[in-house]
Amino acid sequence: MITTKDKIQAVEQFAEKVVEVEGRSLWQDARRRFFSNHAAVTSLIVLTIITAIALLGPFFSQWNYDDIDWEALSDISTLGRPNIENGHYFGTDTLGRDIFVRTMQGGQISLLVGIMGSAVAIVIGTLYGAASGYIGGRVDSVMMRFLEILNSFPFMFFVIILMTLFGRHIFLIFVAIGAISWLDMARIVRGQTLSLKNKEYIEAAYACGVSTPKIILRHIVPNVLGIVVVYATLLVPNMILLESFISFLGLGVQEPMTSWGALISEGAQNMEIAIWQLAWPLSFLVVTLFCFNFLGDGLRDALDPKDR
Amino acid sequence: MLTFISKRILEAIPTLLILITVSFFLMHSAPGSPFSSERTLPPEVLANINAKYHLDEPVINQYFYYLGGLLQGDLGPSFRYKDFTINELIAQSFPVSAEIGIWSFLVALLIGVGCGIIAALRQNSWLDYGVMGFANLGIVLPNFVLAPLCILFFSIYNHWLPPGGWNGGAWPYLVMPVIAMSTSYIAQIARITRGSMIETMHSNFIRTARAKGLPKYRIIFQHALRPAMLPVVSYLGPAFVGIVTGSVIVDVYFGTGGIGQHFINGALNRDYSMVMGVTILVGTLTILFNAIVDILYAVIDPKIRY
Repeated sequence: MITTKDKIQAVEQFAEKVVEVEGRSLWQDARRRFFSNHAAVTSLIVLTIITAIALLGPFFSQWNYDDIDWEALSDISTLGRPNIENGHYFGTDTLGRDIFVRTMQGGQISLLVGIMGSAVAIVIGTLYGAASGYIGGRVDSVMMRFLEILNSFPFMFFVIILMTLFGRHIFLIFVAIGAISWLDMARIVRGQTLSLKNKEYIEAAYACGVSTPKIILRHIVPNVLGIVVVYATLLVPNMILLESFISFLGLGVQEPMTSWGALISEGAQNMEIAIWQLAWPLSFLVVTLFCFNFLGDGLRDALDPKDR
Repeated sequence: MLTFISKRILEAIPTLLILITVSFFLMHSAPGSPFSSERTLPPEVLANINAKYHLDEPVINQYFYYLGGLLQGDLGPSFRYKDFTINELIAQSFPVSAEIGIWSFLVALLIGVGCGIIAALRQNSWLDYGVMGFANLGIVLPNFVLAPLCILFFSIYNHWLPPGGWNGGAWPYLVMPVIAMSTSYIAQIARITRGSMIETMHSNFIRTARAKGLPKYRIIFQHALRPAMLPVVSYLGPAFVGIVTGSVIVDVYFGTGGIGQHFINGALNRDYSMVMGVTILVGTLTILFNAIVDILYAVIDPKIRY
């Protein structure tokens, strides 16, 4: 190659003059798109408020979550009604305990179960699915059969076995739910990976000698992130619902602690005489789940790398 | 394709065997036995009963007794419903759950995919929020609230439908179970459809189709729908198994006598053979439908080869 010194200098001078173009990263773009979705932004705000209320609300009440109001206990259907004066903002349950504080305390448990459970499920599921789909062949076969075996166990089978083996401990609900719910996640990620792995950029990475774990982490996982996020925000409300289903069966949180699910299933039994026992925890649950769903849709639209 | 199918069938046998073994030992390792109830039996009677069901022998012997019976298609006697075998109980309750399930599945698929497509085509509009809000209603209302609300509305206030029972699956008895069963699936299908539909509508081949002037409905139904269904199909396989094997809530509230209640009661009462029977049923169905999903994948996406 023939280059003269002055030409090189000219190029360098030109390069100095060029103003650096501000590149927009994937995440900057995503943030911009996320904030243009009003339902998602509103949901995020509402969720923050609900979390704050669940954490701070109990400090604004004179009652504790296991205090029994003996006065209200004498006639729940009239004295147990929601009432600002005696401090029962949301009324009392059939045992005379304050629904407001119990809803807040239940909210802490429900949100914790939802977030912890899905975090476990997402990490395991994404890595498992991407690895299985990308490596393929015999490894894929074995990994999918293993997943199938786990998946063939009815979910409640695990929960009930774990509960009887270790007693009723809220921590075990996390483990049971998180350790079993990654299965669908893995299956969906694998499905996406199967169609991704024939893409040109994966081939290019392979041709350049990038190692398999690195291809999975750098090239497959970011590209399935869109569907992972949708599924993750589907998972959190699902976890909260599953927890409530377990509570419905009477296997959930140990009394006097409670969760939204436990409150709702108690409230549903008395809905004709004391509707507030159902209405307050149910509306908190419904609003929270709605918000998670809209948040998920918003994040999905924002994180899709093809949608620039 | 044929070799793929026969391979899957051969692989299913060890899978099922592992499933049976693991769940058998897990179930038997849980404390308590089918006969440890509040009303304690005299020790002699208990010993006799245990001997009858081989419960006094080591677990490994029980396991081989069970496998032996299974090879002859016998799922064993129920420990709880003493006059019935598990085969009879499943033969009685599974068709009920399956009928509710198949109807619920069809309803969920139609409404879910429809809502998803509409929402995806009008992304971030009020139509999008409204349709998804409607679809999400099913996911945010727990079944055990929805079921009593249904009964209150349809049976107690309005006398339109019978509050429960089965009556051989006549349609008035089907409506409420199908509502309670399908709602949560509608929401999930709608969300997955919407997500992948938006993604598909932004891909290059759709732009090409639009550029050559195809009418919108043909772009949607001939070009976009097929690839957009890929994530939906992978969700539908496990969902179908879940939906046909019933729900304890539907069984409890509507008294339909499906298989959902048997499993939960079985697990709570240590009815070993009932839990095993349902686990084997769910396991077989899961393996079957995963194979079907894989075949559908290859049909939908010509890039996927086995």
